[in-house]
Amino acid sequence: MSTTLVVGLDGEGSGDRALAYSSGLSSLIGDAEILVVYVIEWSPFSFQTAEENAQRHKRREEEISMAMERVVAPAVAKLSANNLKASGIVKHGDVATTLNLVAVEHNAAQIIVSRNSEGGFAKRVFGSATSNLVMTASVPVTVVA
Amino acid sequence: MKNLYRLGLAGLALALASGSAFAQEAESLDAKVNAMFKSFTEPFVTFIFAPLPGTEFPWIVLWLVVAATIFTFYFAFVQLRWFGHAVSLVKGDYSDPNDAGEVSHFQALTTALSGTVGLGNIAGVAVAIGIGGPGATFWMILAGLLGMASKFTECTLGVKYRNEYPDGTVSGGPMYYISKGFKERGLPGGRFLAILFSIFCILGALGGGNMFQANQAHAQISGIVGDYPGWITGVVFAVVVFSVIVGGVKSIAKVTEKIVPFMGLMYVGAALIIIGLNYDQIGWAFGQIFEGAFTGLGVAGGFVGALIQGFKRAAFSNEAGVGSAAIAHSAVKTKEPITEGFVSLLEPLIDTVVICTMTALVIIITNQLIADPETGLYVLNEAGTAISTVGDTSGVALTSAAFGSAISWFPYVLALAVVLFAFSTMISWSYYGLKAWTYLFGEGKIAEITFKVIFCIFIVIGAAASLGPVIDFSDAAIFAMAVVNITGLYFLMSIVRTELSSYSKRLASGEIKKFA
Repeated sequence: MSTTLVVGLDGEGSGDRALAYSSGLSSLIGDAEILVVYVIEWSPFSFQTAEENAQRHKRREEEISMAMERVVAPAVAKLSANNLKASGIVKHGDVATTLNLVAVEHNAAQIIVSRNSEGGFAKRVFGSATSNLVMTASVPVTVVA
Repeated sequence: MKNLYRLGLAGLALALASGSAFAQEAESLDAKVNAMFKSFTEPFVTFIFAPLPGTEFPWIVLWLVVAATIFTFYFAFVQLRWFGHAVSLVKGDYSDPNDAGEVSHFQALTTALSGTVGLGNIAGVAVAIGIGGPGATFWMILAGLLGMASKFTECTLGVKYRNEYPDGTVSGGPMYYISKGFKERGLPGGRFLAILFSIFCILGALGGGNMFQANQAHAQISGIVGDYPGWITGVVFAVVVFSVIVGGVKSIAKVTEKIVPFMGLMYVGAALIIIGLNYDQIGWAFGQIFEGAFTGLGVAGGFVGALIQGFKRAAFSNEAGVGSAAIAHSAVKTKEPITEGFVSLLEPLIDTVVICTMTALVIIITNQLIADPETGLYVLNEAGTAISTVGDTSGVALTSAAFGSAISWFPYVLALAVVLFAFSTMISWSYYGLKAWTYLFGEGKIAEITFKVIFCIFIVIGAAASLGPVIDFSDAAIFAMAVVNITGLYFLMSIVRTELSSYSKRLASGEIKKFA
């Protein structure tokens, strides 16, 4: 049975480190598939104007297509070029919760994310997506420094 | 799009210049405009707000309350039976995680609420209590509870018959469900009613949803910083609204989206604190509400006077049956239109039953209304039209005085809340008016920007002049929307019952499942 590794990307350069680590791990495992996931931070409990609501579906499609084109597809192409089995998806939601849900849904062996040390006041108070993931995930999490 | 934006800015600049000129000649021009406008619109305004023969009860209020009562019985007290399910839907318990990123039930509800929570909750309640006494609160709560069924009916139809365009955007509201629903049922006149609704909706948006708000916002600001020309407030508001609705300056909208709910919570929180500090008077206050509801406690018109004021202000505040909420709720992502109906029934509950009652309790508990200690009846003012109040206040000033008597600095927060509520109401109504406009003139950038520029021009006019007849006409237009909308709802309510029955069965069988 093939092993699934979920790699969470944040659209920053630090994501390359997570990708590199997952490539190495995948090669060591042999029969492994890398699932590249990009989560667009979104809350169903935010406040929007009526006009934003009316255009929300259209915007969502645009956001998914842009993230797929700029972040996920290049990462998948890079992995495939190294003869690794890879696919990618874009989701909306809370980053930590969504990455965990995707991992559970795909029966993943672990989630690999990179540590993004850049953070402002909000991250200091509420914690970063990475720290939230480490605390709440249902599968092992590897944080690449 | 950039050219359209520039065109819009040029139009707005022209409008502002003319707004300024208008203000300079306000004295003479104002009187002329008022007189001319009044002669044209008075018959319509008089008709809409005409009292029932032999009473002072406006027939339009009875129209709304009777409809709400009929919907309540027709759907077998849907507001009570499905209340818990509505809360579960708002919490997202039934939302498919794969739909994340789409408009949630919570977002559709809060967007619609931002259009209704405002001056009606602050000034309208004070007017009701000031004239109808504490007893008006009882009738206001009753009207709010009944209004939940009207919202349920119109918002279910709003989602069911909305237009979904190939680019992913949506348009919905009474004009769509009336025209499509009538056609589907083989009924004549659907298109005519839809056009009529759209015309009233545009007029209501420009008036009650715009000029009245700008006017009251200016009154609040000038009350604090001192009197100054209204057109200045109008220009500032017009520029900010224009930036949001035409320029797409999301930062302003985002800030407003965050501040307005915060102000709403702060308002309710302050009311709860005042009520909590006077907890020993809560029983007495409710006693006054119940006693006043059936005896009037000396108010003008007795208990009927209390009933009229309560019903009228509830209807003005929560807009149940008007059809505006159906436009706002149409954007939700759901496969089941009835779910948005359930969610929307929470709106009159929050707006009228909770927030309006809070305002009423604060006014009663802080003893703003003067009563005769011997008889226990309220003392009327010299004209005999309203209850005498401490400091002779009414409307927003009465609410402000009530909160200020317990929290000295709160009137400043309240003034800010009124201005922000006015702004958010304007943004909401600009959308309702736009949807009616595009229904009449077609979807497209030119049609959209034309309406938006007109909308901004009316902000300047609304703040600059005290156009009483215009405001009366705009209020009448909003209620005329209810005449058309409720007529349509009577013909289409059986469709909602079919949806309700089907959903109920599938929920019981487990076909509709919980995700959380």
